[in-house]
Amino acid sequence: MKLKKGMPVIDQGNKLGFWGGKFGGNFVPETLKKPIDDLEVLFNKLKRDKKFIQERNKYFKNWIGVPTRFIKLENLTKYVGGAQIWSKVVSDANGGAHKIYNATVHCLLAKKSGKKVIIGDTGAGYAGKMLSMAAKKFGLKCKIFMGAKDIARQQPNVKAMKKNGAEVIPVYSGSQTLVDAVSECMRHWVANCDTTAMCVGSTVGPAVFVRICGWSTSQISRELKVQLIEEFGSIPKKLKLYNCVGGGSSSFGFWNEFMDYDKKQCEFIGVEAGGPAKSKKHAAPLTYGSKIGILHGAAQYVNQNSDGQIEETESISAGLDYPGISPLHCFLKDTKRARYTAASDEQALNAYKLVTRFEKLRPSLEPSHAFAVAISESKKLSKDTIVVVNSCGDAYKDRGILEKRLGKKYVKSN
Amino acid sequence: MLNPISAAFLKAKQENRPALLTYTVGGDSSKKQSLNILKSISKNADILEVGVPHNTPVADGSQIQTSAYRAIKNGIKVNDIFKIVKDFKKFDKNKPVILMGYYNMIFQYGENKFLNKCKLSGVNGLIVVDLPWPENKNFAKKCRKKSIYFIQLLSPTTTNIRLKKIIKDSHPMSYFISMLSTTGGKLKVSPKEIIKNYIKIKKINPKKKVVIGFGITEKTIGKLKSADGLVVGSAICKEISKSLKHRQNPVTNVSKLVKKLKYKIV
Repeated sequence: MKLKKGMPVIDQGNKLGFWGGKFGGNFVPETLKKPIDDLEVLFNKLKRDKKFIQERNKYFKNWIGVPTRFIKLENLTKYVGGAQIWSKVVSDANGGAHKIYNATVHCLLAKKSGKKVIIGDTGAGYAGKMLSMAAKKFGLKCKIFMGAKDIARQQPNVKAMKKNGAEVIPVYSGSQTLVDAVSECMRHWVANCDTTAMCVGSTVGPAVFVRICGWSTSQISRELKVQLIEEFGSIPKKLKLYNCVGGGSSSFGFWNEFMDYDKKQCEFIGVEAGGPAKSKKHAAPLTYGSKIGILHGAAQYVNQNSDGQIEETESISAGLDYPGISPLHCFLKDTKRARYTAASDEQALNAYKLVTRFEKLRPSLEPSHAFAVAISESKKLSKDTIVVVNSCGDAYKDRGILEKRLGKKYVKSN
Repeated sequence: MLNPISAAFLKAKQENRPALLTYTVGGDSSKKQSLNILKSISKNADILEVGVPHNTPVADGSQIQTSAYRAIKNGIKVNDIFKIVKDFKKFDKNKPVILMGYYNMIFQYGENKFLNKCKLSGVNGLIVVDLPWPENKNFAKKCRKKSIYFIQLLSPTTTNIRLKKIIKDSHPMSYFISMLSTTGGKLKVSPKEIIKNYIKIKKINPKKKVVIGFGITEKTIGKLKSADGLVVGSAICKEISKSLKHRQNPVTNVSKLVKKLKYKIV
């Protein structure tokens, strides 16, 4: 299995949509074949259309607010005493997370295809919140599927979705988290694909959704590349890009433009959710060697039992609480382009404490996982190593959990 | 020897009626009850579809999901499903049985091992909901070698060109999804419209059998009589759930329901 140079990774799948011949694909009911083919044709056409790119860039610039900041975490760097720690503050984007890029592109595509309704899944609520924002912006009716457990633990985002006029549909089946929300959303699409567009909230699902999402979030690395050159004059000789990985949309977007660099110069580190330290459950299929299986239309490494039933995950972070992982990341893992590891709930909380103690930055629980590993590895790295952590979400949505786990001062003081 | 599925269609045709296909989830609500349900309905049903329960089904409505979760919660494994089919075949060896499920269950079991086990247990056909054409070409070939029908699904969204290609590759039976819906949705198109689409498919190759499923109940089944076969699934799963809720015997209730369904199409 090999990564091709000079070709976008999203376009490296084979005819049937498999990366490396075995990850991804289209394991979908017959009813969805046509709408997926239609979307594929539309996307392939538009992504080459200069006018469409201009339109996308216009919304990215004027509405999402790009570029997001690239800042040095001076105090944290001093405290850790190793590599220089920087952050790409993607949570600056309108809405407070990277999910806005994919949501905006899906709404643009829905408009082009003449659909009036857009549906989406959400875990932490960011994908749903952003889709509801974008739907409102583009005049589309919006329905968001969200696990009942996530609705309870991510209330600020639920309120935001409703305020944007979206209908939030609670999902009570299975573990009542993201995995069930995606299933229910796909089922709804099966029954309404003639009038409705579907947005999958991450680089998961049937191949075309993986591609659209990766194409959208790549905005992050396009900006970072420019910012690195502005800051250092060229791409640093020792660059390490840390990102949390749930479905994998922010990390893929954070890395995409650096794909062709040698990994000795530019290393990618994906941090999965290890779950509570004392629990056997986790959301880290790449770290803990899960087997390949089919989930939500795509072949991927996925937590499952020997029979093929998808296993329940556990993580403090709703956004990472997903048993599978993007086929793109399976491909990057097996081609050894990226390295994957996990941080536990407790490690993420500690990292959140450290970052907020030293910096005016408030990463949500998802990027706190990436900070945990970045901080611990930075200690051992030389001072000329540039560590960049994607702070892809803001902790506002987590204040209930943070207050419960760390006490009131960590919520108020920031 | 004629595949029992084809034999069942032949018999129904001789009786001038569509074949009646039932769907129940294997192991719902227990291994024993599931087997007893199959035994009790086999008198009136021509072909028995047995669902392999999966916990992330992307095409099933709430009734079948409930049945599947119930079976999984009770510890049903793929091997238990094979055992149920095998035991049923001891009771009625000529009654065709089709397994219906999601590809991950087959993938984890191993395609070849799964098919061998199908053969040993007496499974006559397979429906794999999320393995569409052309992705299913290789697996369908393997099925053919074992004389197991791989049943292609066709939908109202399937384009004409695609219909022709699928039918060309298809085995003697295909399954037409009546409408845009997950299983068990309320029939949102008229039976007349469904039959119109069905005839369009039949014209491509009149020799190949096509059954209609999704949203068929006691109320609607009579209006679709002109098809080669009709599948009732969610209505049966609902009956099992209802019986359990009211502490009644699901075996008797389902058996009565299937008898009524049969009565509507003869």
